Amino acid sequence: MIRIFKYSFYDLFRSRWSLFYFIFYLLITSGLLYLSGSESKVIITLMNVILVLNPLISTIFGIMYFYNSREFTELLLAQPVDRSKIFLGQYLGLSSSLALSFLLGVGLPFLLGGVLFSSEVLNFVVLLTVGLFLTFIFCAFSFWIALKFDHRIKGFGLAILFWLFMAVIYDGILLLLIVTFSDYPLEKFALITTVMNPIDLSRILILLQLDISALMGYTGAVFNKFFGSHLGLVVASMSLIFWWAMPVWGMLRAGRKKDF
Amino acid sequence: MLTVQVESLGKSFGKKVVLENIDLDFSMPGITTILGPNASGKTTMIKSILGMVFPDKGVVRVNGMVVNGQSAYKKDISYLPQIAQFPENLKVTELIKLIEDIRGKGHRADTLIDLFGLRPHLNERITILSGGTKQKVNVVLAFMYDNPLLILDEPTNGLDPVALVRLKDLIRKEVEMGKVIIITTHIMELVEELSDRIIYMLEGRVHFKGTVDELKLAYGSTTVEKSIARMLEAGEMTSDEKQSLA
Repeated sequence: MIRIFKYSFYDLFRSRWSLFYFIFYLLITSGLLYLSGSESKVIITLMNVILVLNPLISTIFGIMYFYNSREFTELLLAQPVDRSKIFLGQYLGLSSSLALSFLLGVGLPFLLGGVLFSSEVLNFVVLLTVGLFLTFIFCAFSFWIALKFDHRIKGFGLAILFWLFMAVIYDGILLLLIVTFSDYPLEKFALITTVMNPIDLSRILILLQLDISALMGYTGAVFNKFFGSHLGLVVASMSLIFWWAMPVWGMLRAGRKKDF
Repeated sequence: MLTVQVESLGKSFGKKVVLENIDLDFSMPGITTILGPNASGKTTMIKSILGMVFPDKGVVRVNGMVVNGQSAYKKDISYLPQIAQFPENLKVTELIKLIEDIRGKGHRADTLIDLFGLRPHLNERITILSGGTKQKVNVVLAFMYDNPLLILDEPTNGLDPVALVRLKDLIRKEVEMGKVIIITTHIMELVEELSDRIIYMLEGRVHFKGTVDELKLAYGSTTVEKSIARMLEAGEMTSDEKQSLA
């Protein structure tokens, strides 16, 4: 697994798309830090970018990489190595190269700005952690979808639809339901629906860490009230781990019996 | 020596039957060529042997062991895929190293690199290589191990005449060493030149299996190409009718 991971990582990290991704985050983070001057505000702005962009890029890269490397996957399948090791190696290679581009792009400007010696260091770490989680989660989902659908356009369409649902449509439906049933007690419902979407969960995790109740919205406020900041952080983190483990399990399961 | 038996193999993709009750034995040393039009099931059969496709019915046995879901048996098999598509940003040396990391040192790699003139390309990224050069890399990856079974899917794809002659010599040397070689190809000259046995597949079934001479004799023709044309024209003839045609 480590061998396949190593070479997939070499391949992907050298691609021009990884470079673009790194440069995009480098420019946007440097620009925001330069213009705003307040690390706290930059973290909130970046949070909104990361919550949408990391899942989108991971989804697109994941599905494209899997379909484009199909012939190479077949060559690997003809080698004396277990299927799960091949898929896990390729998945980790892809998500790690994206994660590194993101980490360097966002991390370098903050480090040069001296974030390690400021009061925002913990918030900065939570921002990076959430970005990494979203990268690994959505790469796994896109691999899972690609393994389930041989038809490229179908697979690509479904992966984008999945991202769109999690990033945009889900919140819309939630808002509609909360407004429609505002006369009923909705705390538990809001809690459960937040846990059921990794992007919402990531948002709550950062906002709980930042402790900005004004930006939390209804679900964030409920999360905060129900669990209190520290327990809320632990529950949100555990849920994110589940959100990562579930598609990885699905991907490996789909890969075990897939015909190539 | 290695034995490969395909027993009552059946496979469908949705409603389409791709392999239907195939029984074959690839254990005899020499070259067996699998022929057939597109979608006749030849690639699916090769992939069943390699464990890439899971059969719905029947089994594939390598050295007597059913291969379903296993991977260790593949250490004895060299595979040359039809399409030479590798990770674009890896260098040729890195690609060779990747396979060596999985299978151990490929002791023939250096000889083959020189044979196919790949040394100047070793530090180039795959993305800038021509189709022919990629196929040469493909050949090196498949032949750098001394394995008892070779599966070559359209091995001559995109090779220049010099490389083609060298590949044929390479295959002949493997035959002399008593190996089992399975080839799929559309190029009849290659079949004529190299094959010991032919399997002709049509719509997921084995339509003919036998030696090249048996095929020519059965259809009263001097070339494999004409024999196959006659076989297809004859359609569903009985064996008695085939005899009379001969």
